[in-house]
Order: sequence, then structure tokens, then C-alpha cells
Amino acid sequence: MNRTIVDARGLLCPLPVIRLQDVVKTLPPATEVELIGTDPGVMQDIPAWCRINGHFIVESWNEGNEYHIRLKVGQ
Amino acid sequence: MLAAKVIMEQGIQVEGINFFTGFCVEGHTHAIRKRDQAKPKRNNALWVAEQLGIKLHIIDIIEEYKEVVVNPKHGYGANLNPCLDCKIFMVGKARQWMNDNGFDFIITGEVIGQRPKSQRKDTMPVVARESGADDRLLRPLCARNLPPTLPEREGWVDREKLYGFSGRTRKPQMELAKQLGLEDYAQPAGGCCFLTDENYSRKLADLWQTRGEKRYELDDIMLLKVGRHIRPRPHFKLIVAREEGEGRFLQGYKNRFPHLQTVSHGGPLTLIDGDLSDEELELAARIVARYSQGRDSEAVEVRAVRGLHEILLTVSPLKPHEIPPEWML
Repeated sequence: MNRTIVDARGLLCPLPVIRLQDVVKTLPPATEVELIGTDPGVMQDIPAWCRINGHFIVESWNEGNEYHIRLKVGQ
Repeated sequence: MLAAKVIMEQGIQVEGINFFTGFCVEGHTHAIRKRDQAKPKRNNALWVAEQLGIKLHIIDIIEEYKEVVVNPKHGYGANLNPCLDCKIFMVGKARQWMNDNGFDFIITGEVIGQRPKSQRKDTMPVVARESGADDRLLRPLCARNLPPTLPEREGWVDREKLYGFSGRTRKPQMELAKQLGLEDYAQPAGGCCFLTDENYSRKLADLWQTRGEKRYELDDIMLLKVGRHIRPRPHFKLIVAREEGEGRFLQGYKNRFPHLQTVSHGGPLTLIDGDLSDEELELAARIVARYSQGRDSEAVEVRAVRGLHEILLTVSPLKPHEIPPEWML
């Protein structure tokens, strides 16, 4: 499945949330998005932002200094 | 949080707006400094929205906000904080968002007399007028001390269920929070903007002075939050990491700045902002050696990287008394 990537590496919170928010606004429901960040704060902020705005976290993991969060756009 | 809850209690739909200026204290500082890593990294605005069950819109105003910081019509507060202009600007942006998204009025948590500059009885009408929000700006916590606004006059909001708080004390708000079942909230009166910080403002003033103009980019203001800033000469300064977390953060800037790193001993990564001669590079290396584990050694090896050029310097660390206080920003 095609997935939109939001590259937020090097950005500190809340900029990754802002970049994600701006991308998700343009996408239809059920689209998959993957955010890649280096600020550990994304592991808390992105799930909180998803809960508030009705999007769904599919999975999250980290590889070295990078954090990956895969989510599905809600209605 | 409290103002939103008061309005929500009247059955009105509320959504939150949070503006990101680049000077916000939370978030960045937590992520940078290792010693702060034990603190919760939650974003307070997101957390509040979740507690209230409302949507939150975080808006990047970094570029537009520069004019507010550089040229505030109403001047600065005790430091480089343009509080009144900031409030006018943010309420103005909220008004624009309200119009674009079909909302009817704006609420803020302001209380008369709570802040010395932006929350006085005489400045509150200035915010409403100059932001263009006029009587669509409602302050639920002190509304009873102010003339009725449009939402009150039209009956969208019951004025009798609003409050008449005033002054610097937060006790009535804390009591109301308890009544409304809000037990956990951000520290009242906690500074959330670096521009209210004396040390930070001094570094920003130094940046403008050495540039010869009041101008900044996001990276400039981020770097002012990190490390020791030492200016041994007017045309260059050093940014010396104070601990591991700051060192990791400065690593991200290594490709854009000449930098120094001790080799023979453990020591901090140091960025050089400005141009320096070979003699001055040696002085910079001696300063860096001073903050390394070789500070008491006769000689410390320091690698200096300028673009593609890299040299190894062997220097004697400066003694504490050889670093004049006026070098420290």
C-alpha cells in the first residue's frame, strides 16, 4: 500500500506535529502516513494529536536515533 | 483550559488554537537537555485539548511573528518580550482562523490585572480593537468586569455564568478548576516564552548587535537556547555544549558551522559563529580545552574543522581567571 512519508528529522516538537497536521489536512480518510522524527517527544505528541483529531496509530518503532510512527487518517 | 471549560459548560462547541513562535519554552528544551529527560515531554496544549475533549490546531507563525519581535509597536516588557503586540497578533490570527472556519467568537483565559503589560484594564480593549476581534473577543474568567460582548448581548453565552476575577492571585481560578473537576493543569504563571527570560534576551540582543540589524532565523533562536555562549571577540562567538544532550543537538549543526572538538580528552562539541584568524582559532581551542576533561592538563589536542579543512591544534587550556566575565553572554 502506498504511504505518504513526513520527514520530520532534525525538527523539535511541536514542529513535527505541525508538519504532519499540514500534510494530513490534504489527504482522504484511510490514507496511511509515516512520520519519521529524531525528537523523542514525537512518541508522545503524535499519538496525542491523533487521539484528539480522530486519526489512528497503526504502529510505532525506533531505529537508532530515529522514531517512526505509522498512522491512518480518520474521517 | 479553565476559560474553555467554562464555555463548554454552557454547551458551546470549542476548538483550541496553539501558536508556535519558535520562542516556546516547552518541547524543545525538554528534548535537548539530557538532564531534563526525566521530565514529561508532553506538549501542554495537546494535553489540555485531550483533557477537555476538544480539537487543537497548532499553527506555525514563525515567519510572521518576526515583525512582532523585531518591531513591537507597543514596546518590550522587562526583557525582549513584546507581550502586548504578541497578544494583539495572536488574537488577530485567531480572528482570521475563526472567519475561515465558520466559528462565531474567540475566548481567551485572560484576567484583568494578572499580567503587568498585556492584561490590564486599559490594555484589554487595545487587544480587542487592534486585533480586529472587537466585541467577538470574550474573556470568560473576567467578563463580568468588562462591558458585555457580542456573544453575551446576543444570548449565545449566559453572562451570569461567567466570572469576574481580577488581580494577580490565582486562588479563585484554582478553586473554580476544582469545582469543574480539573485537578491537573499546567503550572499557573509558568513562563512559556523565552523572550521573558533575561539571559535569553541578552543573547538575542547580542545577536542583533553583532549583525548590525534586528534579524533572525529559526536556527538562530534555537541555538540561543542551547549551550554556553562565549564571545571573546566582537566578530565571533563560541557555542559550547554543557552536557551530552546539548552536544547531540549541536551535532545537527556541524555541517553548517566551523567547529571544535577535543581529541586527547573528553570534551564538549563547540560551534564557532563568525570568522576568525589562525591566532583566534587557537584562542577558541584554548577556551574549549578549558571546558574539557583536560582542563588541568598542560596540553589538550583539539580538532578544528572549517568546511573541508581540518587541523589538529595542541593548546594549553585557559585558566578560569583568563576568561573575563564580559565574554560570557
